[in-house]
Amino acid sequence: MDDERAKFAELEKLIADHKDQPGALMPVLQGAQGIFGCVSEDVQKVIAEGLGVTLAEVYGVATFYAQFSLHPKGKYLINVCLGTACYVKGSQSILDKLSKVLEIPVGGTTPDGKFTLEATRCLGACGLAPVMMINGRVFGRLTPDAIPAIIDEYKNLTDEEA
Amino acid sequence: MDIYRAHVLVCGGTGCSSSGSAKLIERFEEKIAEAGLEKEVKVIRTGCFGLCEAGPVVIVYPDGTFYSRVKPENVDEIVSEHLLKGRKVEHLVYTDHATKEQNAEKALEDITFYKYQQRIALRNCGVIDPENIDEYLAMDGYRALEKALTTMTREQVIDEVLKSGLRGRGGAGFPTGMKWKFAYNSVNDQKYVACNADEGDPGAFMDRSILEGDPHAVIEAMAIAGYAIGASEGYIYVRAEYPIAVKRLQVAIGQAEDYGLLGDDILGTGFKFHLHIRLGAGAFVCGEETALMHSIEGKRGEPTTRPPFPAVKGLFEKPTMLNNVETYANIAQIILKGADWYSSIGTEKSKGTKVFALGGKINNTGLVEVPMGTTLRTVIYDIGGGCPNGKKFKAVQTGGPSGGCLPESLLDTPVDYDNLIAAGSMMGSGGMIVMDEDNCMVDIARFYMEFIVDESCGKCTPCRVGTKRMLEILKRITEGKGEEGDIEKLEELANTIKNTALCGLGQTAPNPVLSTLRFFRDEYEAHIKEKRCPAHHCQNLLQYVITDKCRGCTACARVCPAQAISGEVKKQHVIDPKKCLKCGACMEKCRFGAIIKI
Repeated sequence: MDDERAKFAELEKLIADHKDQPGALMPVLQGAQGIFGCVSEDVQKVIAEGLGVTLAEVYGVATFYAQFSLHPKGKYLINVCLGTACYVKGSQSILDKLSKVLEIPVGGTTPDGKFTLEATRCLGACGLAPVMMINGRVFGRLTPDAIPAIIDEYKNLTDEEA
Repeated sequence: MDIYRAHVLVCGGTGCSSSGSAKLIERFEEKIAEAGLEKEVKVIRTGCFGLCEAGPVVIVYPDGTFYSRVKPENVDEIVSEHLLKGRKVEHLVYTDHATKEQNAEKALEDITFYKYQQRIALRNCGVIDPENIDEYLAMDGYRALEKALTTMTREQVIDEVLKSGLRGRGGAGFPTGMKWKFAYNSVNDQKYVACNADEGDPGAFMDRSILEGDPHAVIEAMAIAGYAIGASEGYIYVRAEYPIAVKRLQVAIGQAEDYGLLGDDILGTGFKFHLHIRLGAGAFVCGEETALMHSIEGKRGEPTTRPPFPAVKGLFEKPTMLNNVETYANIAQIILKGADWYSSIGTEKSKGTKVFALGGKINNTGLVEVPMGTTLRTVIYDIGGGCPNGKKFKAVQTGGPSGGCLPESLLDTPVDYDNLIAAGSMMGSGGMIVMDEDNCMVDIARFYMEFIVDESCGKCTPCRVGTKRMLEILKRITEGKGEEGDIEKLEELANTIKNTALCGLGQTAPNPVLSTLRFFRDEYEAHIKEKRCPAHHCQNLLQYVITDKCRGCTACARVCPAQAISGEVKKQHVIDPKKCLKCGACMEKCRFGAIIKI
């Protein structure tokens, strides 16, 4: 609970910092996504009130952009690149393999809350196609065979190593 | 400033970072210190060298020795041999794809990959430390800003850009100088300069590399633009997916402010210019200028009709001048070396150079910058080294989701804005994806249409509904359920969307379909009439068959999830096509190459 309160305090500060800046809604939503891992209805309400805009406007922006999520994501966010360069080099088979190994559909989160699997458009690392990114770390020149070992590595990470 | 006898340049671009260049830097610093060379040799993390395929890349100066695919364990040898004893480590030297030479004496510009290139926008990428403003200054950095502020009038600056013939590198190719002039002509108490760094085209990463490798080039150009049009504020809208670029921009802006190159009284001339960074949030349509500005304003990134043009009424309702990253990266050189120099490069209507991101089925993936008018063949074969594994070239896709696929017969087309449009594609931001005989062109068209359907903002009907209908037809065709008349329906929809969509995203969305229909119509027809995929790509239209190469090892039968494979041990197996799920597991498993797709 205290943890939650600290997060909301952080959000209030974020809002105060950006309040007078033009176009504040985007940076505030981005900050909130970082603090909470998603922008739930409660978070949106606080933002709407703090910035003096309607909840509808906040919701409209939050649902327009792919980066904002209304529900929490897994601890490890796996983004498989489906940009053109990766696609022609077989990234679909990487995505299929991950879906099979993790037993979740694309867009899904594992029941233990560890992994979320998503497809993304171009990570800009086309030279290494096909690529995926797990929490900001890029894996390049992938083959479906390499997937299980990578997932195992993350499964076995302790909280500290993560 | 300290003088070093040698410099070790390690690429810190996204490609090389992903293949472990950060570890190399650590190891170099550690080993150099162990050898007691820390006062003699300096390790520098640079931006992208362009040759991502050979990454991580390390160059040792003053010799200019080009090491490729360097692993952390190789570092010890480079330090003990090259840096300590002056003996180049031959076996780590890059092997030229064309000459097959592994020549340690060869200068960088003589390597085939670089030989045809002329680097203007990428001039400092891979050469300087992007997080150190002094290195940028040493490369004539901010001298163009100084020249503009102290020796040129605002009109002269605009005139120079106009005369250079520079056109927008974001894709549409609108003359940059005209944009500047329109914004200059708008009278208002507040104007804005903006930079489009929302590089969304899948397969294009030049803007990322420029921001990561030479962020000051963009900052300097924006300040020059601010002076020319009369703006005191600037915004850079950059993709949140590019964390390294964002960080280097922040560092660079901070340094420029400390040096008085951004701020209230730049170089003591009284010119005031402040720069802000705004992050995108994952919406492709925000690359469209009006949508981008709405996003900076904190709204949904939906486009609006023009006029009014941004030069009249843009960001926060004020006149705004928006250019792309690569466009800005050319500005300082134009101001310093002059419009005549710049316009001497390129073709009649497309001046200067263009950066292309080579990707897909090509040997040398990476970034290349060539003069306008270079042929596709030179870029793909001479620089790119052609298709790997002896596969046959089928098409090159340029212009991303707005562009098209060009066949082998058009490879001698000199690349410039007008030629690409005449050929049925477009320049776009410069992604160049090579496809070989294994890629199905109908599937590629479906892939792009799926992208557009995902990314359509939904504001106008032709784009929101029309692209969805096109995708349904394309999906049906690739699943073997294509019908007579589908091609005509696709063409009708495509032309309607092209003529009626609100913004550039929608108007160009049908291009991948139209261009594949134009050059690869036979593939569509094979799918629809013969229920056959000539590239053996579309799952529903192919069959797995075991040939007489089979040794009867039973590996395939065991891996098959549908028990579709039968046969005796040590005898040729067979696949029951009725049971086969076409998952391809058997083919992956077979060690004898006995399973083929027909």
